[in-house]
Amino acid sequence: MNSSLGHKASKQTPQTEQSDRPPGFTSNTVSNNADAIAQTIEVREIHDFHGGIHPPENKRQSTTAPIRDLPLPDQLILPLSQHIGVPAQAIVEVGEQVLKGQLIAEAFGPVSAAVHAPTSGVVTDINEYLIPHSSGMSAPCIVIKPDGEERWISHSGCKDFHDELPQTLLKHIRDAGIAGMGGAGFPSAIKLHPQQKIDTLIINAAECEPYITADDMLMREHAEEIITGIQILAHILGEPESVLIGIEDNKSEAWDALSAQLHNSNIELIEIPTKYPSGGEKQLIEILTGTQVPSGKLPAELGIVCLNVGTAFAIKQAVCEGIPLISRITTVTGKACAQAGNYRVLIGTPVSHVLSATGVDEAQCSRLVMGGPMMGFTLPDTAVPLIKTTNCILAPDQSELPTNDFAQACIRCGLCAEACPASLLPQQLYWYGRSQNHERLEAHNLFDCIECGACSYVCPSNIPLVQYYRASKGEIRQHEKDKIIADRARQRFETHQQRIEKEAQEKIARREARRAAALAKQNASTEKVSGSTSNSSSENTSESSPENSSNNSTTDSGQSDLVKAAMARLQNTQTSPEQQRQKLERALSAAQSKLQRYEKQLANPDSTDDPRTADQNNTLLAKIEGARLQHQDINARLDALPAQQGPSEDDV
Amino acid sequence: MSEFFVILISTILVNNFVLAQFLGLCPFMGVSNKLETAIGMAAATTFVLTLAAISSYMVNAWILIPLHLEYLKTIAFILVIAVVVQFTRMFIEKTSPLLYRVLGVFLPLITTNCAVLGVALQNTAKMRTFMESALYGFGAALGFSLVLILFSAMRERLAAADVPTPFRGAAIGMITAGLMSLAFMGFAGLV
Amino acid sequence: MPDWYEITVIELLTQSPLLTALAALVSLSAIFGAVLGYASIKFKIEGNPLVEQVDALLPQTQCGQCGFPGCKPYAESIINGDAINKCPPGGQGTIDAIANLLDVPAPSLDEEHGEESEVRTVAYIREDECIGCTKCIVACPVDAILGAAKLMHTVIADECTGCDLCVEPCPVDCIDMLPIASTMVDWHWQTPEPAESLLIASDRRGEVAA
Repeated sequence: MNSSLGHKASKQTPQTEQSDRPPGFTSNTVSNNADAIAQTIEVREIHDFHGGIHPPENKRQSTTAPIRDLPLPDQLILPLSQHIGVPAQAIVEVGEQVLKGQLIAEAFGPVSAAVHAPTSGVVTDINEYLIPHSSGMSAPCIVIKPDGEERWISHSGCKDFHDELPQTLLKHIRDAGIAGMGGAGFPSAIKLHPQQKIDTLIINAAECEPYITADDMLMREHAEEIITGIQILAHILGEPESVLIGIEDNKSEAWDALSAQLHNSNIELIEIPTKYPSGGEKQLIEILTGTQVPSGKLPAELGIVCLNVGTAFAIKQAVCEGIPLISRITTVTGKACAQAGNYRVLIGTPVSHVLSATGVDEAQCSRLVMGGPMMGFTLPDTAVPLIKTTNCILAPDQSELPTNDFAQACIRCGLCAEACPASLLPQQLYWYGRSQNHERLEAHNLFDCIECGACSYVCPSNIPLVQYYRASKGEIRQHEKDKIIADRARQRFETHQQRIEKEAQEKIARREARRAAALAKQNASTEKVSGSTSNSSSENTSESSPENSSNNSTTDSGQSDLVKAAMARLQNTQTSPEQQRQKLERALSAAQSKLQRYEKQLANPDSTDDPRTADQNNTLLAKIEGARLQHQDINARLDALPAQQGPSEDDV
Repeated sequence: MSEFFVILISTILVNNFVLAQFLGLCPFMGVSNKLETAIGMAAATTFVLTLAAISSYMVNAWILIPLHLEYLKTIAFILVIAVVVQFTRMFIEKTSPLLYRVLGVFLPLITTNCAVLGVALQNTAKMRTFMESALYGFGAALGFSLVLILFSAMRERLAAADVPTPFRGAAIGMITAGLMSLAFMGFAGLV
Repeated sequence: MPDWYEITVIELLTQSPLLTALAALVSLSAIFGAVLGYASIKFKIEGNPLVEQVDALLPQTQCGQCGFPGCKPYAESIINGDAINKCPPGGQGTIDAIANLLDVPAPSLDEEHGEESEVRTVAYIREDECIGCTKCIVACPVDAILGAAKLMHTVIADECTGCDLCVEPCPVDCIDMLPIASTMVDWHWQTPEPAESLLIASDRRGEVAA
């Protein structure tokens, strides 16, 4: 489908001589190199992308008047998140006096954009306010009440950006809070700091969506600044080999204005056929370079950076004059709008203020759309502010944009597949979206959908296809998030289970050890008793307790042994198996030596004169018995240890 | 060589076991709800059919005919097929438990797949050579796989489609199978 | 062994069709039996990897509403033939996913085990009222409650699965299950109502009647 018709053109001879070309597939290249003055003709091939539609343009309504200013509103509501990424963090407090251009919220993290005061005034509130988002939700905003004095904070730009390092310029851009002005709002500083070498810089001046003329008017009136902005961008990106401006062929005045400014620059101004959505990033890249950005890849990975013409203008202002992004050009149009046109609005101006200032009859208006008719969304409330990405406010009447056409059954006509600029199968996505078959949706590359609305536009059954895709995308993302949460919960649960199991085992081990010790003690005392009866028959059989109390030394040593064993056990439970094993082994050898010593004592009595008394003998026997039991106990535990279980039953 | 090619074409397309001879319809309707399952079933059936065709030829030529026991061929072939299926079942259970579970009863039921016994019986009835028998079995399996996978792909789309209530489920499946069969009639006369 | 014996056996076999058939079938069966026996040793399987796959589909709230102590035991039970519709936190989505995995028809949720809630909840301890009994800490299956004896406890909201197992043991009833407010981050578009699903007149009647 890549129609590639090279075409000769020059500044002096615009479209008139192209009558023999099929309309829509021509390219004008203006090159004002040194030899361009000598009418050197350059040829650049342009290509076509799959699909696309030609909706009524409706751009004339808003291009008749020049860009106008709006009166200062009563209050400005500045959302902290007007861009893609992390919201900015407020650095002002309620009641604080701010000057025009003063930083009021700074970027938080790399993917974030700062917010500045659009005019001088007082911060009256920092709270949740309705923001322009299709969810109709509230988000943190800074509210400023203008004092009407428009006092600027001191600001200055670079004299000559050629002398500056790209890093310095990037810092200017970041500090100015510039986010993509085309609609997505991706912080520009990130885009201008790619990892790869950039060989193509594309400036998106296509503005393909019906009704919107903000970029068109900006180019007509600020061509010089835009060209300077592009040169700054080229400088930052290390002077890419080709710098291209893609502009649709329905903007001849803007084309004239820009080409008049291309003095001796290597910027190529390329006219592309009017087709929606040629202004989509990937589509424009394909038109101008013929390469398709593969699914899941960024243009930067192919050495291409694509920025909006409005962004170039904002960057010029930020770098050369030090003016942060505090205002933008917004198209206000639609049949319900009396003074349709383009307005320079301060960021944060409430939509209601814009509507009243431009004479919008809200009663006539079928619904209020922020953005264009294809990709915009219906505003839930007119209290929401304009933000950095608002390029259009559309106030159509019932005839222009009828509300809620009744959706009918899909007749499988396939028009949507023909219209899809991303070469997807919208119909199949629709069916899978309805049956929530996420697996198949992803297999059919749902995430390559740019939500341009071409499929919904051509659908003869009025099926809101894009809404299905948006919903499916949201569901899949939600599903993935849930999955991460579930995985973490699973992990925690498993560790929890392991811990409980270990604790239970240790409890059993402790209990067994205690029982063993108690038994040992009991055995020792009964042994003592039996020993006393057998050894000295003359002695009366006596209870063990009085004997214990009478023989302080015996009980002491026995008790201290028990305490020691208990301590050892306690420590054992808290240490690793290796340590436990070592400890047990040590205890074992100690017990063995003790046993031997006692036995020796018993076998060969001391050479002392007085013969051992029966009592002493008994004590010794008891000691031996105790030591033997301890030895057995330790042995059993040692045996049980490698199996990671509590002591087995045979330890008693 | 060309006759082998003719055998393949005729078994895959012209005399397709499912759509032209109406053999092996149970798995055709039973395991065509999901594409992945259908592919697994197609692979299993291909394996069983080819192996059964070869081994039934061997049993027939080396045991039954020398011993004049041709009247036992049905029971002998069933035995052969059952063994091959059982072997496949074990193999799948080991290699893909999910496929094993999803195929469920249809895996052992390959034993009673008429196409499998049909191939073996036709091979002996038509006095085919070893090579012809093997190719006939393999071609039949390819034909079965082809229509099973095509059909399951269609059913997967049908599952998401807006089918009138009385036709949902098996009904629309039957209609689709009928239309497919009509389409395969178009191959008649190709060979 | 004398020759005549062999001859007699073979003669007997060839002359008596019944014996021939019997011998042929028996020997065939013996050979095939040997093959299968070998295969059953060769393809012996241990464990069931399907449990992991089912477990991965469960929501991991570990709430025990299915009657099993955690999601993994329920996954094991499903593999052993239990019903797949006992998981209220996962709801119909989980049932459909498991049904899809196992290729079985998807039943609707078994109300016996609870109802699918629209919003996710998270436990919240009213910290003034907490007496520090640690009972909820013991009850929490994912260790998401932080605290010590006689000290105030608190819930790590990010780790809480909303299983509400901690609510019951609390002696002073200071734990609430709060719904998680939906934010901009997790907001997404809703699937539109398919208006054309009522295309067939009989369907429409059916819907109305139902």
